[in-house]
Amino acid sequence: MSDDIIALLKENVIQGRKTQDDEGIDENLNGTPGVTELIQAALEQNIAPSVIIMQGLTAGMQVVGEKYSSKEYFIPDMLASAEAVGAAMDILKPYLEASNVETKGKFAIATVKGDIHDIGKNIVAILLKGAGYDVNDLGTDVPTEKIVEIVKEEKPDYLGLSALLTTTMVNMGEVMEALKENGVRDKVKVLIGGAAVSDEYAREIGADAYCVDGFDAINVLDTFQSSGA
Amino acid sequence: MPREGILINTPYERISEEQVKQIHQASIEILNDPGLICFNREAADIFNSNGADVTSVSSGDHPHWLVRIPEGLVLQALDNAPKTVKLGARNPDNTLIMKGEEPRVHFISGSETNIWLDVDFPTYVRKADHSVEIKVPEFHPRRGTVADLCQSAHVCEHLETLDGYIRTVNIQDKDITEDNKDVNKFFASLNNTTKHVMSGLTKLEQLDNVVNMAKLIAGGEEELKENPIISFITCLVKSPLQFVEDTTQTFIEICRRGLPIVVSSSPQAGSTAPIKEAGILAQINAEVLAGITLSQLVNKGTPVIYGSVPVRARLDTLGDSYGAVETSQYNIDCAQLARFYKLPNYSTSGVCDTKTPGQQTSIERLFSDILVTLSGPQYLHCAYGLLDCNSVFCLLQAVLDDAHFQMIKFFLKPAQIGQAEIDETLKQIREVVATPQKLYIRYLRPVMRSGEISMSYPFEGDGDTDDVFALAYERMNQLLAKPVEHIDEATTGRIFQEIPGLLPRLNVYK
Repeated sequence: MSDDIIALLKENVIQGRKTQDDEGIDENLNGTPGVTELIQAALEQNIAPSVIIMQGLTAGMQVVGEKYSSKEYFIPDMLASAEAVGAAMDILKPYLEASNVETKGKFAIATVKGDIHDIGKNIVAILLKGAGYDVNDLGTDVPTEKIVEIVKEEKPDYLGLSALLTTTMVNMGEVMEALKENGVRDKVKVLIGGAAVSDEYAREIGADAYCVDGFDAINVLDTFQSSGA
Repeated sequence: MPREGILINTPYERISEEQVKQIHQASIEILNDPGLICFNREAADIFNSNGADVTSVSSGDHPHWLVRIPEGLVLQALDNAPKTVKLGARNPDNTLIMKGEEPRVHFISGSETNIWLDVDFPTYVRKADHSVEIKVPEFHPRRGTVADLCQSAHVCEHLETLDGYIRTVNIQDKDITEDNKDVNKFFASLNNTTKHVMSGLTKLEQLDNVVNMAKLIAGGEEELKENPIISFITCLVKSPLQFVEDTTQTFIEICRRGLPIVVSSSPQAGSTAPIKEAGILAQINAEVLAGITLSQLVNKGTPVIYGSVPVRARLDTLGDSYGAVETSQYNIDCAQLARFYKLPNYSTSGVCDTKTPGQQTSIERLFSDILVTLSGPQYLHCAYGLLDCNSVFCLLQAVLDDAHFQMIKFFLKPAQIGQAEIDETLKQIREVVATPQKLYIRYLRPVMRSGEISMSYPFEGDGDTDDVFALAYERMNQLLAKPVEHIDEATTGRIFQEIPGLLPRLNVYK
């Protein structure tokens, strides 16, 4: 029985069905329980959160990643699956805390001061959440002081900064300087992204990485984790 | 169900109704004065016995007649010509129904070229850094063969946007002669595509062999009439205003057999027609009307298609310039003239002046393909794969063209705006604006695979390099590997038994 639920959970992650109201790719699943309903059912059957995550959510996302790589899936498919996993993680959070299971890490993300563009940033946030990170989305046009304050108080492992405009990307440099001045630069890995920035710009302002998109961000974070950084 | 083609709701028209009438009147005047020079005795006799003014001009080695066609004869023929023409197919789902008044465009391959262009991708190494290698497409022209024609029909069968097949390459194998060319080119085409097959005829004596082959495939004489799986194209009037002896005879015989036929004329503005738009239009229209008149005098009710292939002359060579902007203008005007007569129109686009696939090719092709499609010709010879005017066929280019037509067809879909759509989207907008991420992606997914939104260009590479040719080549090979439905074994056996001249190697069951 538990195997059935986990298999269904994995399939619904692949289908990108967060709730029973969502349409996936397979029309036969329409109206059947989605990821959030299946998570509740799994918890009611006392299936361990680690099993739910590893054999249901992560295994499902792995298939989604493969389908995306082979061009069978598009970004909206990936996002739908990531969003479903993100919702699942919200439900699982208290259980994970109770059983001392850690997430992959805390990730604060913001579009910097003066810039209100957030499509890319939102997509990155959804993907990271789906990949198992505890994401704190600070929103757009976030003042440098606010970002520093979050780093000091909430101690995220990673900080993602986004900017679309060449006129606002300079504020990323301002954030880097402020992190140094407040003595927290070494406490957090900084990743930058957005249409205006580049690998070269990341080096110029002293960020730890430039990410082309959300998938690149996941890869970069995996590299950090495997190197123990 | 016939093939849908694409219906142009509001066809693009360059000339006003008044100007159309002026051109028509000018053509009527041309048919009477100067009239046409006719090198075919039987055609001259037919016109003469039906009230045209026919005078013998010379009785030497090339006897010919001056034929002045009165307006009444033309108008009567226009009345008699069917306003809807059906082109059948081995697979009935590939039938084309063309109504003269309905601007529903069908996309067609062709036409016959002597040269087949092969492509390969040799590796080049950078002189300054031997670790850098790139693959560059190279094109190799050679004489076309019957195997090439089979390959071309095979791929065209699988090109989604292609509605009908005009043979693409002239078969020039050593064992192909004037006496067996027609049966082999029709068989090679019909056996590798279930779409409609149109071709010219090389030798009149082969007409009945070709028609008998079509009867065997269609299931009999009546069945072929009901489902004309083949049709013909003839350029019986050579510009300016001359009925050619042999093609006119072929035309007369095809009309007698009642099979669909394109009355095609291809004047060249600047050399064989006046350079001004009004001039070439008046002349080509007169030439096509002369052919249509003859068709209806030979056999009232012959399904004829108004065939227009006007081009402008290249100024450097006086060759045809299909890439010239004016060529598209003339073709669009002719679609309008055919619609004025309520006859289906064979039009031309996509032919380019370049010799190999490349940037100029894409620009010239897309320019005319989009514009001429918008004018609503029912049978658009948009020349999948055709290069160097009418001289070269490249299968890779045909695959590229299919992608272009997918874009054009998608663009021409009617707008879906109604109260139901508005209500649904208002609901979506209200829901999404209330969410923190404000993204509509959730609503995008259900329509992504429904065909309601266009897909990316299919030959877009992953990296920074242009991989279009390599990816199209891959696609071409995939299509070649995909099977086609050949003519069944029993019918193939009868065809090889009853139709003389077929090459044994074309029998897929032996």
